Amino acid sequence: MDFMVLVQVLESTMRLATPLLFACLAGLISERAGVFDIGLEGKMLVAAFMAASIAFVSGNVWIGVAAAVGVSVAMSLMHGLASITFRGNQLISGVAINFLAAGITVVIAQNWFRQGGRTPSLSGDARMARIDLPFAEALRDVPVIGPIYHGILSGHALLVYVALLCVPLTWFMLFRTRFGLRLRAVGENPAAVDTAGVSVVGLRYGAVAICGVLCGLAGAYLSTGLSAGFVKDMTAGRGFIALAAMIFAKWRPWHAMGAVFLFGLLEAVANRFQNIDILGVNLPVQAMQALPYILTVVILAGFVGKAIPPRAGGAAYVKEH
Amino acid sequence: MITAWTASARRSDPRMTQAQTQAMRQDTAASNAFAIELRGISKAFGPVQANKDISIRVRRGTIHGIVGENGAGKSTLMSILYGFYRADSGEILINGQQTDIPDSLSAIRAGVGMVFQHFKLVENFTVLENVILGAEAGAMLRPSLAKARGLLKDLAREFELNVDPDALIENLSVGHQQRVEILKALYREADILILDEPTGVLTPSEADHLFRILRGLKEQGKTIILITHKLREIMDVTDEVSVMRRGEMVATRTTSETSPTELAELMVGRKVLLRVEKTPAMPGPEVLRVEGLRLVDAQGVERLRSIGFALRAGEIVGIAGVAGNGQSELLEVLAGLRPAEGQAWMKGAPLPLSGPDCDAQARRARRIAHVPEDRHRRGLVLNFHAWENTALGYHNDDAYNPSPWKMDNAAIIRDTQAKMAAFDVRPPDPQLKASGFSGGNQQKIVLAREIEHTPEVLLVGQPTRGVDIGAIEFIHQRLITLRDAGAAILLVSVELDEILSLSDRIIVMFDGRIMGERAPDQTNAQELGLMMAGMA
Repeated sequence: MDFMVLVQVLESTMRLATPLLFACLAGLISERAGVFDIGLEGKMLVAAFMAASIAFVSGNVWIGVAAAVGVSVAMSLMHGLASITFRGNQLISGVAINFLAAGITVVIAQNWFRQGGRTPSLSGDARMARIDLPFAEALRDVPVIGPIYHGILSGHALLVYVALLCVPLTWFMLFRTRFGLRLRAVGENPAAVDTAGVSVVGLRYGAVAICGVLCGLAGAYLSTGLSAGFVKDMTAGRGFIALAAMIFAKWRPWHAMGAVFLFGLLEAVANRFQNIDILGVNLPVQAMQALPYILTVVILAGFVGKAIPPRAGGAAYVKEH
Repeated sequence: MITAWTASARRSDPRMTQAQTQAMRQDTAASNAFAIELRGISKAFGPVQANKDISIRVRRGTIHGIVGENGAGKSTLMSILYGFYRADSGEILINGQQTDIPDSLSAIRAGVGMVFQHFKLVENFTVLENVILGAEAGAMLRPSLAKARGLLKDLAREFELNVDPDALIENLSVGHQQRVEILKALYREADILILDEPTGVLTPSEADHLFRILRGLKEQGKTIILITHKLREIMDVTDEVSVMRRGEMVATRTTSETSPTELAELMVGRKVLLRVEKTPAMPGPEVLRVEGLRLVDAQGVERLRSIGFALRAGEIVGIAGVAGNGQSELLEVLAGLRPAEGQAWMKGAPLPLSGPDCDAQARRARRIAHVPEDRHRRGLVLNFHAWENTALGYHNDDAYNPSPWKMDNAAIIRDTQAKMAAFDVRPPDPQLKASGFSGGNQQKIVLAREIEHTPEVLLVGQPTRGVDIGAIEFIHQRLITLRDAGAAILLVSVELDEILSLSDRIIVMFDGRIMGERAPDQTNAQELGLMMAGMA
């Protein structure tokens, strides 16, 4: 394979993996605290819509991002209210959020912009600018380092780097801080946290809010960074792929990064090679595009070893002695 | 005046250092001999009055026992003291200071530590992480862990509380897990330590170690409240003992001036026979015979090795042994829950030990009933109503199924009411879920279900585990009555006292083998103990 093709595929992997990485870390933090969240998809979708519309109206992408984060956090808190405060079923609450998001985004988009449920295309400051890393131009022609640094790592939107930074931050938060210890404990045995005099409900809301922020960034990047506007159902199952990546990674941040890059790579390969000949058989484009989803099924079917979720996950905490 | 100020200052300033609060507690401590005083505590859960106007005083630096049957309100009272529940009325005084305890954090600040019956530990955390959880020294973990490591070393040396600080909880024995709970309380500088049924899960030697730890803590000036229903423990370690019955505090005694008999009477509210009264057995013909029973488990370990014995009508045969020496497996095999090699006969006719006709349903059809060792996992469906539970296993009976397409639920409920009356199940409500009954009443429901179908062979495992004294007496009498009615009973129990007082013959098992058989009046606990250890 041509070296430049490889660079292009990897560069595209970086971009495609970013929303997955945000969503995967969002799910990871929420589930580590014992709140299952299958509403990642819905929150991303609403955030994508919000980011695109507000960025279009205001002409400033960062106002759009802020709006996306705001609406995503609000939806997270709705999930929290249903599943933490009112002790409802976490899966049902998540499904409800997904349905709500799928419907409401299209209806509002149609009402506001009258373009068949999409937002107008974004340009200029309403889109995320690409950032050139320092010395990218200077190193451009250096062999090996040049293509990797300039071709793959440099020239992405700010949120791509934020997502990468979130991996060590999440790891540090979970395993090196008091908040992380309590957060993990509340996902494993909330009674231990409660009897230690720490609020179970407060911790879980905290985790759910962080999850909302990250989903908001995922959605915003999707509509203003990866593409230039919102279209109906543009998340295309990425929220669920992020969940699969999280399980694949067994709820560990660094592994999560590896997992989402695998998914991103598959997507990038599918985009780059529309048709592939393997041993004389022509693989149609649809087969290539199905790869990330096939991998999802394989992972969830348990072919990657036993994944043990946080023990108190999925259940509301009820005090008993 | 000054002490009142300090108490309110402690409440209002959450950032006060532990050293300061410690010093403050000692200041106030000097003025009062009681670490804890409860005045008129009442607590109701819906219509159930769990605690009624309870007053109690616990002297500083003593071990104070609280005894009572299951459901007497001991745990509720201690949960109030730990801020888990709020009392409806009443006052809590700690070191003479009136203290408001709305949550566990306030309890911890007031110097109260609690070791729950079911440990509140995070299984896949290390000991150290569990100890600091909620009481970390700062926002970053490393300094907190380092500080705790040092403190744990000191505590381990001082109180025989040795635990590997880096071990994961799930890899520790129950006894060690309990030590972690005690360490958690001490790390939070608890002066008053409450232990709720601490020995229920411990082996005898672990329990002895625990009592040594408790005595050590007492010598250091800590106050300990020990909740239990085991009178032997009360007599062994406590200085004073308070008795609770049905939500009320009925008496407080100095331990050295009371006796187990008096305490048992106070607990139950009437005279209790700590020994079972029974007439000599009149064994009839042989009912069940087993030969060459062998069981190999999934790991390839031989759990039962050539077991052979016979059971006659009208006798109780007790199987003694340290838990894990094959008794549980023997029960499971005989009850049809687990296939095994070997032969068995029921009244002369072969009883299959494997294959399609070997299941619990087929055993019941041959009138072999089974009261499982673990009533929560095997005896009951906790989420089912009492009446549904009484039908389990007998749900295909003609009496419950007048037509092929509909069960007669009304008949089951009537039947349940009769069984509940016969076995004094409280509350006698067939619609209550099994999880809503106390341990003793749950066990009575299981026993009623099996005994009322007049089995010819009854297999009983741990009939009185986690059951209070009044219910133990009742259950023992029922087993004797069933024996006198001509049933053969195979009793498996880890309580040697129970085996000795109920059995007509005793079989001792060790390492999947029968070590020998003894008559209860020709042996004693020492001899049986040696056999159980495989040394005789």
